[in-house]
Amino acid sequence: MSGIAAAFRRHPELMVAAILVVTVVTIGLVNPVFWQPSNLFSLLRASVITGILGLAVLLVMLSGGIDVSFPAFAIAAMYLTVKAMIAWGFDSILPAFAMATGIGLLLGLVNAVFVHYLRMIPLIVTLGTGTAVRGFILGIVGTSQINIDQMPQRLIEFGRGQLFSVTQADGSQTGLSAMVLVYALIALLVHLLLRYTMVGRGIYALGGGEEAARRVGFNIRQTTFLVYGLAGAIAGFAGLLHGAMIWTANPRDMVGLELDVIAAVVLGGASIFGGRGSVIGTILGGLTLIVITNSLIILGIDTTWQRVVVGLIVITATAATAWRDRKRIA
Amino acid sequence: MTAIAQRLRRVDTNLLQLALLTVLIFAAMAALNPERFLRPYVFESITFVAPELGLLAIAMMVAMLTGGIDLSVIGIANLSCILAGLFFHAVGAPRGPELANLAWPLVAAGIGLALCTGLLAGAINGLLITRLRVTPILATIGTGQVYTGICLVLTGGPAVVGFPKLWGLIGNGTAFGIAVPLIVFLVVAALVWFMLARTAFGINLALIGTNARAAAFAGLRTGRTVFLSYVLTGGLASIAGILLSGRTNAAKSDYGVSYLLQAVLIAVLAGTNPAGGRASVPGIVLALAALMLLSSGLQIMRFSNFLVDLIWGGFLLLSIALAAWRNRTR
Amino acid sequence: MAAPLIELRHVGKSFAAVRALEDVSLSIGRGEIHCLAGENGSGKSTLIKVVSGVWQPDQGELLIDGQRIESMTPRAAIAQGVQVIYQDFSLFGNLSVAENLALSSELQEGRKLVSWRRVRQIARQAIDRLGVELDLDAPVETLPTSGKQLVAIARALMSDPRLLIMDEPTTALTGREVAALFRVVRDIQSRGIAVLFVSHKMREMLEISERLTVIRNGRVVAAGPIAEFDEAAITRAMTGQEIAAEGYRWEPSPGAAPLLEVEGLTIPGQLEDVSLRVMPGEIVGVSGLLGSGRTELALALFGMRPGYAGRIRIGGREVRLDSVQRAIGHGIAYVPEDRLTEGLFLAQTIDRNMLATSLPRLSRAGVIQPGRAARDAAGMIREMAIATPTGDRPVTQLSGGNQQRVVIGRWLLNDPRLLILNGPTVGVDVGSKSGIHRKIRELARARGLGVLMISDDLPELVENCNRILVLHRGRLVSDTPVEATSETALGEQLAALA
Repeated sequence: MSGIAAAFRRHPELMVAAILVVTVVTIGLVNPVFWQPSNLFSLLRASVITGILGLAVLLVMLSGGIDVSFPAFAIAAMYLTVKAMIAWGFDSILPAFAMATGIGLLLGLVNAVFVHYLRMIPLIVTLGTGTAVRGFILGIVGTSQINIDQMPQRLIEFGRGQLFSVTQADGSQTGLSAMVLVYALIALLVHLLLRYTMVGRGIYALGGGEEAARRVGFNIRQTTFLVYGLAGAIAGFAGLLHGAMIWTANPRDMVGLELDVIAAVVLGGASIFGGRGSVIGTILGGLTLIVITNSLIILGIDTTWQRVVVGLIVITATAATAWRDRKRIA
Repeated sequence: MTAIAQRLRRVDTNLLQLALLTVLIFAAMAALNPERFLRPYVFESITFVAPELGLLAIAMMVAMLTGGIDLSVIGIANLSCILAGLFFHAVGAPRGPELANLAWPLVAAGIGLALCTGLLAGAINGLLITRLRVTPILATIGTGQVYTGICLVLTGGPAVVGFPKLWGLIGNGTAFGIAVPLIVFLVVAALVWFMLARTAFGINLALIGTNARAAAFAGLRTGRTVFLSYVLTGGLASIAGILLSGRTNAAKSDYGVSYLLQAVLIAVLAGTNPAGGRASVPGIVLALAALMLLSSGLQIMRFSNFLVDLIWGGFLLLSIALAAWRNRTR
Repeated sequence: MAAPLIELRHVGKSFAAVRALEDVSLSIGRGEIHCLAGENGSGKSTLIKVVSGVWQPDQGELLIDGQRIESMTPRAAIAQGVQVIYQDFSLFGNLSVAENLALSSELQEGRKLVSWRRVRQIARQAIDRLGVELDLDAPVETLPTSGKQLVAIARALMSDPRLLIMDEPTTALTGREVAALFRVVRDIQSRGIAVLFVSHKMREMLEISERLTVIRNGRVVAAGPIAEFDEAAITRAMTGQEIAAEGYRWEPSPGAAPLLEVEGLTIPGQLEDVSLRVMPGEIVGVSGLLGSGRTELALALFGMRPGYAGRIRIGGREVRLDSVQRAIGHGIAYVPEDRLTEGLFLAQTIDRNMLATSLPRLSRAGVIQPGRAARDAAGMIREMAIATPTGDRPVTQLSGGNQQRVVIGRWLLNDPRLLILNGPTVGVDVGSKSGIHRKIRELARARGLGVLMISDDLPELVENCNRILVLHRGRLVSDTPVEATSETALGEQLAALA
């Protein structure tokens, strides 16, 4: 028994995995429709954007900060890129994603400047940059939605890509979105960064203790800029990917999404005090959140309950983490 | 004598700067639209709109005083007035004269219901933060979702429209030629000012925010005091909700979302230390005046609400930069 | 004769108006265990920071191998083989032992990628070199203090230092752990590495070091081979005062009832069946090694250990001290160990610091009466002779001694019956120290206050207490009138327990 407890303590991901399994099995028992490939595929597809954004938040939280500006950055990158694609008449995928990522990166660096040089609490900084960026997009760039008929064709095709498709029991075809692969790739890159590079370990070290990190010889400024810059870049990328997946570019999209994403990351075992959390945990946390919120309908619960459920998940996950960390200190 | 002069200088630097800022903004707006800005109507409308925001900013300030934050204030404000609205619809007919002319005891009961909702919601926040030791950011992100979620569940999405006339008086009425909301705000601000400056509870809050550990060793009831500060925050948020629904004759789950940033901005600009220990009600009043003058000036110049958001966000960042600069020179 | 490894000549360093170091000369030979002694606030940490390049001296020079170093930076210090183990160890609690060990050397080598096999290899080597056993995969936060210290030492040794500076390394260790640490230090020395051992504990200095430098108020007041010193000499040098010949004399007044009676106080794992009495006007010293339970005893009496077993009577009435508020209600006051983190509200004014516990008394229906509050604060500033023109200045502007007077004054405003002082003069300069001592004695004598004084500083106890208790592993092992003991006897008793 203590062996299991110790394993859970050393690998918090196991806990999240257990929660996910229990959730999936329970929902599957209540309504077997859950197990249909179309449902499973759509859940995986739905977890892509939340998951990628979760990786951005994970980076920030590992360093001991928090970020609520990323949905605004994602939308800004997406809307500006799509507008540019239409205006300048290019629709190749790579330059488009490079542009969106670059916009996100620049915005993220603005956060870094405020957090590092002006020593302001990250929550308040990112609240400010998020609002300002959204105000800029809606107030200056435009408020109109770019619909499927105007969206760059190649972008739509990219978003439509499927890895494979299967025939379901009722004869209908259903496919797994190729975007899952993009998500997996980014997750792998972030995992490699965090686990196998010195700068990645520097993020953990910074979250573990800024003064100690400085004494050991980590460059705190470089690490802070990397964290917020990369978080912004990932958000920018995810923004355009989101546009490609839903075939529209809506500058009012993703309002309030930060709460879902933070919920997913916290559920994945990351601590807001920094230094604790992993890519695997975040992926599992994101999946769990998506499975729960997207299964309300097949559980026969009205979707208006979604906010309440997400809120309860945040509260439960943070209370559990606080309880865990208190035991650790004692 | 010099001691008094020194004291004045030290205490009032921030307030003087804020007063200067207010005058500057006023002068700039008056110079930019001499025709339309200097009209009684402009200032009159500010006296109706500003109070609800001012109350939220005071609520935010109270939470920040102990080093916390309350991101659920908007959720609490909306939940309070939605519950009151549904109560009115239940006891009066949903629309028509019967509802509009609801008797004062029932309206008073509605006010009581709204206030109790705010106090209860604040108490839940306080319990999570002091008993379960969830960090205030995550606790109030979570409860904010739950409160907003309950609004959605109760209303299904659309606004609750139609409040009794008496209720509307709180948001729209005038007494002695002064806007009732302004009177409510000034009374509450004076009470909170008195509480922070002159009562044991208020000074304990500042002491706990400065050093919670030392507070425990000085025999202060830290848990209870912090708990009560969140109850107070919730109560203030519900008063803001009453003013908001009184003014607009409606209540909705996503009203006033942009107020969250604005409340944080006003609190920070007013000289509140988000890390705890310092707060100033006169600062809030001045910061509120400055920013309301700014945004109504901009609206007169046909700036969209989004642009105003951009400027608010920019202002928050600017005030952070100014505070950092001030601390460096000190 | 070869030049010493490191030498400081006439070094001075000031911060604003405060002279932290003045004309300090010090030399450390190769493979020497050198002890730097001094009370808290004597300038020890400034000296460490000058040697390790964190701060540049204003005057004097720094030589390594006889070569003058123009400007010492942290990086240059490390390159010259100077490693510092700070009191907080500077470890990452969230990372594994292996990674904590390997990170700095990997960074020094400019590696960009992490090979976990190499990390383990490096860590294994470091641990083997130290000859200790540690679980490389355990997160550092799960280790006991002694384990963390071993990790810090192992990490410092990895860069092949020539001088290892250890800042108060024994603070949180038990007697057995200190012995183990000393074995490690001697082993380090046998490899030709010099160790600068920074401490204020005489026993340890005498046991481990070969040479000793004592600083006080930023100046070197004594230096030489350890054989030239005994405990009394070190104490004299550190405190700058001869120990008062007679301690605090206290005569029980006939018919006086005990103020505090504790019977069988037990907190599992921390205190075991402790019984004691304090009479009005008594100053009772409490000594013991770290981890002896002396702070736990204070916290239990202050209501911070509500789960205790045993009986406590105050003024003859049995009470249950299960909350701080209740303890305060029974007239108990506690001046905590760490003034900065537990005692003061640094960003607040002197007045607010002073009145923190008196607010309920000064308010009517929750509203503070400003006149009474101002009068009380000003009166206490005068009574405690706190050096400030007004009470509305930030408490940060006061010196350590004056800050401590604020914390003590805060409690006096509450009119306590029993004052518990934990390290009453830690970090207080000598002049202020005797003033605080005088005040405490006066309070006990004039007001009939009972005082429990917990201290590491044996002269302080002998000088001020009429009775001294020694705790060890949660048990009360002796209770001796001050006439029947001495600083030396106490020192020997404590050393025997270690």
